Amino acid sequence: MAIDASSIELVDAGGPTDPSAFLIEPPRTRTKRTGRKSRTNFEMLAWLFMRLSGVVLVFLVLGHLIIQLLLDGGVSKISFAFVAGRWASPFWQFWDLLMLWLAMLHGANGMRTVINDYAERETTRFWLKVLLVTATVFTVLLGTLVIFTFDPTIS
Amino acid sequence: MPAGTLYRGREGMWSWVAHRVTGVLIFFFLFAHVLDTALVRVSPNAYNSVIATYKTWPVNLMEYGLTAAILFHALNGLRVIAVDFWAKGPKYQRQMLWTVVTLWVLLMAGAFYPILRVTLRTWFG
Repeated sequence: MAIDASSIELVDAGGPTDPSAFLIEPPRTRTKRTGRKSRTNFEMLAWLFMRLSGVVLVFLVLGHLIIQLLLDGGVSKISFAFVAGRWASPFWQFWDLLMLWLAMLHGANGMRTVINDYAERETTRFWLKVLLVTATVFTVLLGTLVIFTFDPTIS
Repeated sequence: MPAGTLYRGREGMWSWVAHRVTGVLIFFFLFAHVLDTALVRVSPNAYNSVIATYKTWPVNLMEYGLTAAILFHALNGLRVIAVDFWAKGPKYQRQMLWTVVTLWVLLMAGAFYPILRVTLRTWFG
């Protein structure tokens, strides 16, 4: 669609006329409160971890879903005996252990990003992260313990 | 008067939103799932009775929903990696999203019967 330039009327919409009002400070600008130097590159390592663990999890989780939900009658075949049969093999124990650790850490780091994005007050962010770390450590340790101490003869 | 504060970022923004929503959903399911599996340390009966709820049709529908969330998160995650590490990734991010959506629809169609067997049997005999 062609626009006839003469038909456009310029109106002062009352916006700021001071050009500095449009200045957006670059993100992560060092301020007085920023430490002189950070010892580690934690955020970069976390970013890299999300990509590396993500690729591995695609295989681990999709394999898990195919076995548990699709093959041999789907969810209807799952029982204590089915779990006992799979965890009799160190291969599947290791599969589940790796999946547990990677998924929990990947998920916890994702939740950390979400908390940082939406919780605006510093104390809210702090306590949400305390809750997140507590729940994550508890779940990872519980799951690890269950895989390593599984007893097929329990009754 | 600003025209609203909704960022109209098209495919890039909506895939980001969907990635975030599915990620949070999967994370909450993971907590529940580790807890229900931990019942194998209590007794076979405790585990089997909780797993029995997974075999009812309302939970079976949620399993299909969980699969949908995981599959989108996985495929779109691979797209994010391609955008970050492949030189032409940012250029083709839109085409890659539609590839993700197409693959997702095909795989979800393929998983429809195998995963929803319980529900289909309950509803239609």
